[in-house]
Amino acid sequence: MELPMSGTGRDKSGWLSWHAVIVFGFLYLPIVTLIVYSFNGSGVGGFPPRNLTLDWYRMLFADDAIWTSVLNSVLVAFAAMGISLAFGIPAALALDRANFPGKTLFRRLVLLPLILPGIITGLSLLMLFREADVKLSLLTIVLGHGTALISVATTEVFAGLQKLDRAQEEASLDLGANYWQTFWRVTIPNLRLSIIGAALLIFTLSMDEIAVSFFLIGRDNTLPLEIWGRLRRGITPEINAISSIIFIFSLIAIVIWYRLRMSADGKTEIAAELVEAPAQGD
Amino acid sequence: MFSRAYRAAITVPPLLWVAIFLLVPYALLFCYSFWSVSATQTIVHSWSLDNYRELIHVHVYLQTLFRSMWIAARVTVFSLLLGYPLAYYLSFHAGNRKDLFYQLVIIPLWVSYLVRAYAWKTILGSDGVLNTLLQYVHLTKHPLEFLLYSPFAVVLTLTHIYTPFAFLPIYASLEHIPRNLVEASHDLGASPFQTFWRVIFPLSIPGVLAGATFAFVLSLGDFLAPLLLGGPSGIMISNIVVSLFGAAYNWPLGAAISLCMLLLVLGLLFLSESLEKKWSFR
Repeated sequence: MELPMSGTGRDKSGWLSWHAVIVFGFLYLPIVTLIVYSFNGSGVGGFPPRNLTLDWYRMLFADDAIWTSVLNSVLVAFAAMGISLAFGIPAALALDRANFPGKTLFRRLVLLPLILPGIITGLSLLMLFREADVKLSLLTIVLGHGTALISVATTEVFAGLQKLDRAQEEASLDLGANYWQTFWRVTIPNLRLSIIGAALLIFTLSMDEIAVSFFLIGRDNTLPLEIWGRLRRGITPEINAISSIIFIFSLIAIVIWYRLRMSADGKTEIAAELVEAPAQGD
Repeated sequence: MFSRAYRAAITVPPLLWVAIFLLVPYALLFCYSFWSVSATQTIVHSWSLDNYRELIHVHVYLQTLFRSMWIAARVTVFSLLLGYPLAYYLSFHAGNRKDLFYQLVIIPLWVSYLVRAYAWKTILGSDGVLNTLLQYVHLTKHPLEFLLYSPFAVVLTLTHIYTPFAFLPIYASLEHIPRNLVEASHDLGASPFQTFWRVIFPLSIPGVLAGATFAFVLSLGDFLAPLLLGGPSGIMISNIVVSLFGAAYNWPLGAAISLCMLLLVLGLLFLSESLEKKWSFR
């Protein structure tokens, strides 16, 4: 909705749009630099960029350690997605339609990893695995990501449930379907957009996660930890190259996600919902 | 309409998972903080307050905690200064480009946090992009050394990372303001500034609080940006925890620091939640 704007209003929007330009410049400067210097023959620094080359990409494609870590990350992300959805969907249903002692504590506990610095979640789980004598491996990272990201599945699906018309489920039950059938044939299909959104978000967040993984890592690296290890040894544009490729893939994922959301309800505030949720009161 | 069995089926599995992988680990963090390490580097399960005494008596811990809070406070202020006017511009002046700009704020969130921190390192280094650019246009003769390995670099990078997090809830709260309130204020003769200050800003306070909480809490617990860009003067409290869990091998002391951080964070969440309720007009 447009506001009637007086002369002063326009002036105000004048400096506001300059401010917006500056903020966008600030947000995109590192990303542009990253991509530009992935083609820079003489390394990651130095202005202007010179000796444009695809060598770093060639080097990247021949680099087995990186691709192993990418594969590990993808496996971890899928497994974490499974865990988060398997427990996050029922958790959202429980928060929506069941009453049990400790419900408030449960809700807060589920959402906590979203707002807590990753280091605390990582360390606490490290202590759990140590006390339980579990050897650190990709499996411990999966358990860590899966647990931390239940919060995402729960928030997304809970938001979906708020818009769900319960009459459909009632009708299904009245017409003789049992709970199991109603769940799979009415509840889940109605929530599919929330679930797909949650799945994409969980996948991306897991691919990028480093604070929790940092403490739960065994012998096999995930991609962010592989990059981290390389950064400590010195930096090469190979890291720019792999990051640029992943950025492009993320962009594609975002476009798909928004197409889905837009076709569903036109307007999306999903990320804002996600950010707001942990801070919401009862 | 939902049977007991149904409610049990949606409640018990997530409850159990959350108990095992969140509640128990946080409880372990609490327990560890009262234990100690023997000379042979095993964890001694005897209870004492020694770790907490050490935290109070060895100045470096409190000093680093205060430095971290100071860094986090600056990140919060800068994120709000960048995020609020941007959110305001999008919500009230961007017209039909609103959705596009909204996506533009979100997209950087999909580039790995680690990679963006690394990109800043390649920009700020002494032979980095910025320094060579400044020398290229003859603004400086020698590289500016304070750019990298300083608290400045940490604040800049964390501000970059948390500005979208500050933006999102502010934008959501601005979008929720009924536009007829703003029109009424104009019609009753308020200047644009008065309308902003007396109508719009008070209604957006819950969003500001949520954004500020996010920026402060997440940057307070960060350890990767300080490791990559902070240098000795940019060390933050989580770096100490990391080294206590690594080479220094004193998990109990690390747990005590983490527990203090956890309590600080929970206190802030509680505070911001009650302030939000107070300012919430819905």
